[in-house]
Amino acid sequence: MKHLLSIDDLSTDEIHALFATAADMHDVQSREVKKLPALRGRTVVNMFFEDSTRTRSSFEIAGKWLSADVINVSAKGSSTSKGESLRDTVLTVCAMGVDGLVIRHPASGAAVQVSEWVDASVVNAGDGMHEHPTQALLDAYTLQRRLGSLEGRHVAIIGDLTHSRVFRSNVQCLTRLGARVTVVAPPTLMPSGIGAWSASAGFETSYDVDAVLPDADAVMMLRVQRERMSGAYFPSAREYTVGYGLTRNRLALLKPDVPICHPGPMNRGLEIAADAADAAQSVVLEQVSSGLAIRMAVLYHLLAGEPQGGTA
Amino acid sequence: MQMPAPGTRPDTGPERADRTVLDARDISRALTRISHELLERNKGADDLVLLGLHTRGVPLARRIAERIAAVEGAPVAVGELDVTLYRDDLRSQPTRRAHKTALPAGGIDRKVVVLVDDVLFSGRTIRAALDALADLGRPSAVRLAVLVDRGHRQLPIRADHVGKNLPSALAERVSVRLTEIDGTDEVSIS
Repeated sequence: MKHLLSIDDLSTDEIHALFATAADMHDVQSREVKKLPALRGRTVVNMFFEDSTRTRSSFEIAGKWLSADVINVSAKGSSTSKGESLRDTVLTVCAMGVDGLVIRHPASGAAVQVSEWVDASVVNAGDGMHEHPTQALLDAYTLQRRLGSLEGRHVAIIGDLTHSRVFRSNVQCLTRLGARVTVVAPPTLMPSGIGAWSASAGFETSYDVDAVLPDADAVMMLRVQRERMSGAYFPSAREYTVGYGLTRNRLALLKPDVPICHPGPMNRGLEIAADAADAAQSVVLEQVSSGLAIRMAVLYHLLAGEPQGGTA
Repeated sequence: MQMPAPGTRPDTGPERADRTVLDARDISRALTRISHELLERNKGADDLVLLGLHTRGVPLARRIAERIAAVEGAPVAVGELDVTLYRDDLRSQPTRRAHKTALPAGGIDRKVVVLVDDVLFSGRTIRAALDALADLGRPSAVRLAVLVDRGHRQLPIRADHVGKNLPSALAERVSVRLTEIDGTDEVSIS
């Protein structure tokens, strides 16, 4: 494993190997000395050209707990704001002898592009509306811990699918692990051409939340991404909530103890009601701690072994 | 744990002449003796924590714990320790899978920790284990018990309790098989 750009890069065995490593990394969080020496002397750069709290801090802590040196570069305050191209910024940073590059960029495909320019291992931390593989891994890992196995379990992914890279990565990851996936969105937020994809990838689509919820073994709510919306996708926030939000009434439709995920940040009262976000079955905070473990596992698998491809 | 290139264990090519050095009864006797030595040295099982090193140290630690419990009439704390992330050769090999580290409920602070492994060879695994222990707590003492000491140390490390000293050539291969993992109890050299 040289890069992590897409869930498609991973074999099912590699996903299970990452989960096994993550389980060990998870234990570190409860230790007094939260430090492992595995990545001593390696340097990881977090390049975030889009706002992020949890993903960036999660990668930063993950790198630091593995003893790597971690620095953060964000678009604001970097030479990008002076007009430097992505290629020049990336090559400049890599010329400093960086081993791992964690990149988030608003353009779909940015991480793949960057991986062709540099020798360092590249981790895609979200590229536009394309993929967010570590999020998918941590979601699947969280659900697997809760449900035992994902084989044959029914996962409902509900919300703004059009703008969601989380959904795109999650569908691949969950179906690979044997889960049955149904994605639900209002017609305006259902990606165009999803019919062909769902047929080939083997997941279902629906416009009706209330019909899907009673059968679900896990529910994943997606954020309404207003910052990516250029037009009006629904008449009002209220109307979205009534049609597609996980409200208190809908909570009652779920089987007992069905885990509720949300990749965050949550729009409370829009796609998810406080009753659902704070319910005992909500795994939102568990996702955060799992995310740390998964990112430690990813960095470990990419950077700890002997260098692959390119020069060290 | 052995140090040479990955995949050296447990395969034994048909053309290779395997020589059994310890059979199941030898292993059993060696473990019983180590258990008694530990008790004698520690003056009882109080504060004793047995930590098996992955992979084959784990069942060995459990077996020693059973023997000690039988003698003392009280259970002794057992755990497992994985040192993968502390190895000094991570960079020279493909990524290794980490295993589970599980400490007994009482932790290791102020306890006498006995590291248990199958083969003592270069000593690098034990070096890594000592580093790992330092991150997990502060034992009052650390001891080392191994089933086989085959020599060729690369670090100033020695075992406190040895099942069998097995002088070996560097090119030789010492294989430990245990029922829990391999279906049979045997130590062989080839």
